[in-house]
Amino acid sequence: MPKRETVALGIGAIVVAVVLPLCNMLPAGSPLAISNFTLNLFGKFLTYAILALGLDLLWGYAGVLSLGHGVFFGLGAYAMGMHLMLEIGSKSVYQSSLPDFMVWNQVTVLPLFWRPFHSTAFTLAAIVLVPALFGFAFGYLAFRSRIRGVYFSIITQALALSAWLVFNRNEMNLGGTNGLADFKTVFGFPLHQPSTQRGLYVVTALTLIGAYLLCRWITLTRAGKVLVAIRDSETRVLFSGYSPAAYKLFVFVVSAALAGAAGALYAPQVGIITPAKIGVLPSIEMIVWVAAGGRGTLYGAVLGAFGVNWIQSWLTTSYPDLWLLFLGGLFMSAVLFFPDGVVGAIGRLGGRVRRLVSRRSDRAVSTPSVSLGRPMP
Amino acid sequence: MISRLTVLLSLVAWLAAGAAGHAAAAPAASPEVAAALTDLTGDDADKREAAVTVIGQTRDPKWIQFLSALRDGSVYARTRAGQTELVVGGSKATKGDQDVIDISAAYDRASLGTVPLTDLKEVPADRRLRLAIKPFLDADETQAQLADPDAAVRRGAAVKLGNQAVATAAPVVEDALKKESDRWVRHALAEALALIHLANGTPAQRASAARSLGDLHSESAVPALQRLVTDSTASPAERGAAMHAIRGIERWGLLTRTVETLFQGASLGSILLLMALGLAVVFGLMGVINMAHGELMALGAYATFVVQNWFRAAWPAHFDSYFLVALPVSFLVAAAVGLVLERGVIRLLYGRPLETLLLTWGASLIIQQGLRLWFGAANVDVSSPSWLSGGVPVMVGLTLPYNRVFIIGLAAVSVAAMYWLLFRTSAGLRIRAVTQNRAMSSCLGVRAGVVDATTFAFGAGLAGLAGCALTQIGNVGPSLGQNYIVDSFMVVVTGGVGKLAGTILASAGLGSLTKGIEPALGAVFGKVAILVGVILFLQRRPAGLFATRGRNAEA
Repeated sequence: MPKRETVALGIGAIVVAVVLPLCNMLPAGSPLAISNFTLNLFGKFLTYAILALGLDLLWGYAGVLSLGHGVFFGLGAYAMGMHLMLEIGSKSVYQSSLPDFMVWNQVTVLPLFWRPFHSTAFTLAAIVLVPALFGFAFGYLAFRSRIRGVYFSIITQALALSAWLVFNRNEMNLGGTNGLADFKTVFGFPLHQPSTQRGLYVVTALTLIGAYLLCRWITLTRAGKVLVAIRDSETRVLFSGYSPAAYKLFVFVVSAALAGAAGALYAPQVGIITPAKIGVLPSIEMIVWVAAGGRGTLYGAVLGAFGVNWIQSWLTTSYPDLWLLFLGGLFMSAVLFFPDGVVGAIGRLGGRVRRLVSRRSDRAVSTPSVSLGRPMP
Repeated sequence: MISRLTVLLSLVAWLAAGAAGHAAAAPAASPEVAAALTDLTGDDADKREAAVTVIGQTRDPKWIQFLSALRDGSVYARTRAGQTELVVGGSKATKGDQDVIDISAAYDRASLGTVPLTDLKEVPADRRLRLAIKPFLDADETQAQLADPDAAVRRGAAVKLGNQAVATAAPVVEDALKKESDRWVRHALAEALALIHLANGTPAQRASAARSLGDLHSESAVPALQRLVTDSTASPAERGAAMHAIRGIERWGLLTRTVETLFQGASLGSILLLMALGLAVVFGLMGVINMAHGELMALGAYATFVVQNWFRAAWPAHFDSYFLVALPVSFLVAAAVGLVLERGVIRLLYGRPLETLLLTWGASLIIQQGLRLWFGAANVDVSSPSWLSGGVPVMVGLTLPYNRVFIIGLAAVSVAAMYWLLFRTSAGLRIRAVTQNRAMSSCLGVRAGVVDATTFAFGAGLAGLAGCALTQIGNVGPSLGQNYIVDSFMVVVTGGVGKLAGTILASAGLGSLTKGIEPALGAVFGKVAILVGVILFLQRRPAGLFATRGRNAEA
């Protein structure tokens, strides 16, 4: 890792994981205090950032555009949500040991696939493994038959649509349209207490840092180089004796697992998970976080997830009609004007300023040029 | 025509009621009716209601008319020579200082002169009485409908009479059957007659009715037939006939359902085809996946809505022809927006398919939200022109709606036009050339940019056309495009790029497959099964049904 990035990462990690929670613990009147609401909001953004990291690894490095990552996010979130629902026990509205929505739906026996989620260890494994296994199965079929480019994107979009339809069904015993909600405790800690929320926030921040290190490590290994090579010319990689399908499958599974972990951290912090987080629109919104922040940089994805969602939470409360127009405009301008995102734009600007100051034209611009689409045959 | 039927109906009703036919006699009342008329003037609500039933059950049209007058509150009682007599009041007038009214006899409406209103006592029709009267008036109306000039109305009346299965309707139906020439009305009448016999006839009649219902493939007779099968008082012959009939009807039902499923599949397939045609050509030509295609379709649908409103405001007399105007208008509107989109932004991103995908998605969000802000988030109402409502009955128990037939026709015409354009015109030659080898075509003097722009506009126009057609069968709202876009992408992926035949085959296949498995799995799991099927299919043929073969390793 370049030294500058290490320093920036260290500072960022300390701010996000230590300083912000400390500010939250300050008394409400003090100038540096961060309200519980804001910290919770940041916690949600951080989960999005974890997912965006996986997407960036997949899209920014390997050039595979998935429009269905909401599904993996949802799988992780639902796995966690099922455990949280079972943790409520008979403290629910109907005082039944079953989740409330099952009582409404006249389900009398806990469905078989819910039972293992009583176990904390199983849940912790499931939030990563279920999305990873599903991603493996899907990715295996897709990459093996060399579905790629826009074909792959469309297939993943169809996946998002199907998953959304399926999760909306009551007979799936996953809460239907209303999803899973009304959680009371997480691993025994009451969710309504600020300290629990703060703890969840810190866990999320640490997971994000860990995910960042993992993704950075992958990009620095030889596999990372192969991924970039696949992005730039898959055919040449194939003819050089590598199997692009295996590399792509690997990175697809990693990003699915990261999305699942993000979803699992999302559910207890936001307190609800519904199929609305799985569908076509949320899945493609995730892409714009990465695109707006800057592809193929990892930190761009984190910044994008944070920035876009911050704007979203502001716009949807202040000017709800404008949000979709803004999102559409963001998609178009990110593609047309900032192909390498905000990070790239700042880098270019910085390079120009430096050139102006030093007047040395031979000094190269520091940002790598990122061209993501393969040239058409 | 109507008067002849009225005479006929009255004759039939007389026969049915067993009343003696002395039409000229003024109060043509049998003893029961006379008693009922007396009861009507009384105060006992139960007796009054029973009286209405007695009068109604004569099925005499004149008495039915009397009941109608009673319901309207224009029946009066007057006492003459110690006897109470019921009369029907006509127009009122003021003569001097008293109100007078024309009255006529209760039964045959013979004029009884003009009398002061004070001599009469109104026979009140309270809610209970009106409720008792209603079924008789309705039945009368249904029977009158059997003579309606509109075949659909006649057919509806016959079906209704069959469902009511009232014994007294049998002669009416028989008579109508003799005169009827329309095949489908005849069928409905025969069915009604058999149903009536099945419900009320003698055992022999019931057995023959069951047999004829079996021959008529009457789906609606199955419950009655099943009752007959389980009826312990029925003779073995009746039960055997009923059982045989049920089996025949069920076999026929299977056949109609199969044909219906095929038709629905064709209908869904044509919608997918209309959408996917534009998508596939643009994708084949430019490698651009147009995510805004669904919104271009929504634009076409809203253009239809606007044209409809123009017609409603400006030429209400020619409202039915609005759709003929809306078809080209929706094509042009969507094509214009498509042209702007292509020249404005997509042009800048050739050779970067993933970026264009995101770009067009952004455009789709903006168009969608724009529609929402302009027309409101709620669905708008597009009414069908009269020539597209209703349907063509092709076999017993199966009517194909005109709007769906129209869509299939429109898709066929679009495909034909596309073939003609691609393979019979020089513009099509250039499109095919650029699709096969962009660089070489440019070298040979084809202006690839112009080809791109026109093709994109044409594809967008087809989407608009699809949107216009969709207004006839679905809701028109801002998110109209979202419902179909993923499906039409699946068609493009399955069909393969650059071959029209692939698109046609894929849309027909996916359409009929969807409708075929929907009854078994439900709409949602059917869709999931289709996705799994497409993924598995792509295992065998990664580039779709008809891949362009070549030496290119990327293909």
